[in-house]
Amino acid sequence: MTGHVMTQQGTQRRHALRLLGLALFGTSFCAAAWAEVTTGMDRAFAAASLRKVLDALNATPLPSSELSLVVPERVENGAVVPVEITSRYAGPQDIFIISEANPFPLVARFSIPEGTEPFISTRIKVAKSCDIYAVVKTGDAFYSVSRPTQVSIGGCGG
Amino acid sequence: MADPIRIRAHAKDGTTEVHVLMPHPMETGFRKDEAGDFIAAHYITDVRIEVGGRLVLAATLSRAVSEDPLLYFRLEGGNPGDTITVSWVDTRGDRRADEAQILAA
Repeated sequence: MTGHVMTQQGTQRRHALRLLGLALFGTSFCAAAWAEVTTGMDRAFAAASLRKVLDALNATPLPSSELSLVVPERVENGAVVPVEITSRYAGPQDIFIISEANPFPLVARFSIPEGTEPFISTRIKVAKSCDIYAVVKTGDAFYSVSRPTQVSIGGCGG
Repeated sequence: MADPIRIRAHAKDGTTEVHVLMPHPMETGFRKDEAGDFIAAHYITDVRIEVGGRLVLAATLSRAVSEDPLLYFRLEGGNPGDTITVSWVDTRGDRRADEAQILAA
């Protein structure tokens, strides 16, 4: 009888420990997920406005004529908008593409190491007519250039 | 498994031009299917491109990069016969890596 009670208590204790373990695991999992979301780059990609993207990148970009950004003035289909960026800054740098009216404006980041030209050409989705920004980070400095594009059919829904 | 990455790289006058096309749906999570249900987000998040083991371009993509992402860039140097490797990982943890040889222009 006593043995049975002890076993039962033991079972209960193990059960309690298991629950505690689960709770701790859950907490650390959430903490890890939160830490991931709160790194600057993840916050920038999760940001829902141009202002918040720039805040997450800790950027106050200066408009620069050393950058050129080519986007079509008008485009029929916002799901496929060609974008081409050329930077005349030397050395390694990051090139960001931002589409201001998108639900999540930061579209992409390209890390250009030494030995690669600071140039990128790609195709992006643009939700509706808005300004497209290229932001370049070189060292601690940020520079930007923007161009408007007019979209007939937005690139988000489909 | 996604289709192979298409890679074209041509060396000319000390510069290598690289075109990369990565077949991928790049679903935003905002689209609905015929039943009116949202199609789950599914897109490439990270791309690495190396030539002879040297990183020449790293990219972080969002859902707003067009379906079948296309990248065009240029690197200094690069010789015909050098191996160029492109790899990506997407939001489901799926991966794909393919390689090609740099050609003479």
